[in-house]
Amino acid sequence: MLTQALAIAGINIRSIPERWGSSLVIVIGLAGVVAVFTALLAMATGFESTLKATGRADAAIIMRGGSNAELNSGLDRDSTELIEQQPGIATGADGKPLASAEMLIIAELIRKDDVKNGANITVRGVEPTAFALRPRLRIVAGRSFTPGLRELIVGRGVLRQFQGAELGKVVRMRGSDWTVVGEFESGDAHDSELWTDINVARSTFGRNGSSSVLVALDGADGLRRLKSAVAADPRLTLDVLREQDYFSGQTKQFRKTIGFLAGVVTLIMALGAAFAALNSMYAAVAARGKEIATLRAIGFGGLPVLVSVMIEALLLALAGGLLGALIAYVLFNGLSVSTLGQNFTQVVFNFKVTAELVARGLIIAVVIGMIGGLLPAIRAARLPVSTSLREL
Amino acid sequence: MTRSGFVIANLFRRRTRTILTLLSVIMAFLLFGLLQSVNHIFNAGADFVGATRLMVQARVSFTSPLPVSMVPKLEAVPGVARVAYSQWFGGVWQENTPLFVFAIDPLRYRDVYPEYLMPDAQWQEFAHTRTAMIAGRQLANQYGWKIGQKIPISSNIYPQKNGSKAWAFDLVGIFDGKDEDWKKRTNVAFINHDYFDEANQFGKGRANFFILELTDANRAEAVSRTVDAMFENSPDETKTQTEKDFNLGFVKQVGDIGLIVRWILFAVFFTLLLVVGNTMAQSVRERVPELAVLKTLGFTDGSVLGFVLAEAVALCLFGGLLGLLLATTLGAMVEKGTGGQFALRLDVSVWLIGIAAIVLMSIAVGLLPALRARRLRIVDALAGR
Repeated sequence: MLTQALAIAGINIRSIPERWGSSLVIVIGLAGVVAVFTALLAMATGFESTLKATGRADAAIIMRGGSNAELNSGLDRDSTELIEQQPGIATGADGKPLASAEMLIIAELIRKDDVKNGANITVRGVEPTAFALRPRLRIVAGRSFTPGLRELIVGRGVLRQFQGAELGKVVRMRGSDWTVVGEFESGDAHDSELWTDINVARSTFGRNGSSSVLVALDGADGLRRLKSAVAADPRLTLDVLREQDYFSGQTKQFRKTIGFLAGVVTLIMALGAAFAALNSMYAAVAARGKEIATLRAIGFGGLPVLVSVMIEALLLALAGGLLGALIAYVLFNGLSVSTLGQNFTQVVFNFKVTAELVARGLIIAVVIGMIGGLLPAIRAARLPVSTSLREL
Repeated sequence: MTRSGFVIANLFRRRTRTILTLLSVIMAFLLFGLLQSVNHIFNAGADFVGATRLMVQARVSFTSPLPVSMVPKLEAVPGVARVAYSQWFGGVWQENTPLFVFAIDPLRYRDVYPEYLMPDAQWQEFAHTRTAMIAGRQLANQYGWKIGQKIPISSNIYPQKNGSKAWAFDLVGIFDGKDEDWKKRTNVAFINHDYFDEANQFGKGRANFFILELTDANRAEAVSRTVDAMFENSPDETKTQTEKDFNLGFVKQVGDIGLIVRWILFAVFFTLLLVVGNTMAQSVRERVPELAVLKTLGFTDGSVLGFVLAEAVALCLFGGLLGLLLATTLGAMVEKGTGGQFALRLDVSVWLIGIAAIVLMSIAVGLLPALRARRLRIVDALAGR
């Protein structure tokens, strides 16, 4: 039976070039579905992987209780200093706790393709320890800022999407000029930020505490010790989160929104493509009515005919799916975009077409191909031999 | 048989094919309608705001509040009739639902935003009750708030003097919007700035936005320049723009979603064009001998072209309109389901774009087969060449 089915499928497939038009409907319809599906989810995946790469498992971020985001949080100077003395925090080579008090400020920069509307960009005031706490961050051009001066270093992501913060440029904030003296790259969400010295930020913005404190954890139970010490201290109302969890938590909403959009769009498009596939497979079966009847007459069974039609539909669907994934990859993979993140500032990220996404796209294509092939295949198998042979 | 009857009969000769093609057209236009209305939200949507209002914010970003003491200075600028201000409260409902809550000066806000309608007595009560809150109709309906209730709302930014972030306000009024557009913007609540300022732990006397009501819309440019020049080189540098520009900029912050939506639209449309176009071409190919017979019977080249084109137009028009109708219904359901938060409305402009797309598509998919039908030579066609 299998050999029969393969034999017929072979004939069918070799005859595809003869009737390119109708076969193309399946290929292109499914290419569209898979391209849209892959592209949308590649956006969600890119956003997710940027944020997930950001946090370390052996560091904790401390914010005012109930703040949810660094932007909303504010700690006064006393709490900031108190936090750095808590247990569970690792000590650096100099014997001081590995902690960086950081202050979040938002500045506006103009998108590269815009002339007027500003977008919110994070400016992070940091202590020198901040660099030790983010080992992946490297200065790739220029130099780091000098503490005490109004100098900024700019992330690569900011440079990709926004104008006015290039090396050597002057950024204006609160009536003062800040010079961009370096570029950095970290391969995560910090690439969407500008950094400066926290003390300069404090004096310019008239604030004396910090937004959050980032600390390196001391050993496996560091987080537990830190949490219980903070909870026990009546002077502190704080949220202590593992840094990795803090950043991963920010991706949920985005993933949900994009997932919903991708689901709806793919479902509707898939229905459209399935109807089109049905159409063209019916047409293919009808056009070959005489041929199929001949095969049946010389002894081929009904099932092999059915299977052969299914094989044709599936191969076409698979080809369409691969084409769609290729289109999504070529057009979107690595495409740099930005959107609003948790702190109400822009997060720059790249689309990421992964093997898993492609595989899921191909599964969708195959399922649609099966739907599109099954009914016409049944019709082909049931074709009354004598009438079909008589048909002109 | 009339000509239109002939077209319809032709369409129903291959019932399965017509229905399947129709279904794919419907799906395509359903998607087209929904995406176009999302696109619409990102692009425009700010047309209805008053042209006589300017928004003043800190130049560095609107998240850095400015001192309220700027109000008299702003009011003294020629061309400014009235100044209102508002501060973001960071409202959170129950566990983790963010709410749009602003602290405002009630009577100033009322003067600057006449689009919000509420009985005078409620405005007065709002102005004179320190712990008062007013809510938009949409918000009040969504959470079932009634006038007279004490509404518990937390802030994710501001603790009270005692350190607690759980606040509670007395709901004294519910306001409406003056028209459809403003009704959509009643998903906000307002509290008394005076009370908020006194009761919170820090950030005294500040506001994120100053809203200037102008005496004359033509002076917007001049007033913006004067205001920005007035505070230049101070720690409180300002950025002044029209309300429309502000709203547009705010929406743009969401980023390149608009671009992605356009890409998808393009992909959908392209796919659809090929699919339907191909089906049309096929149906003409199969009927080549018939068309030749028609010509033999004396139908002109033009009318044969007309028959084929009419079939395409009928398919696209019927499927397209049905798809758009479906999208409108679905959009309304989404709007209702999300309590108006996600206003996926297919208004007149989306329909117009949709109809333009239908026309464009009919021509694109119908013209080639129709031209082929017209060019057909009877002898060749009947001989099956």
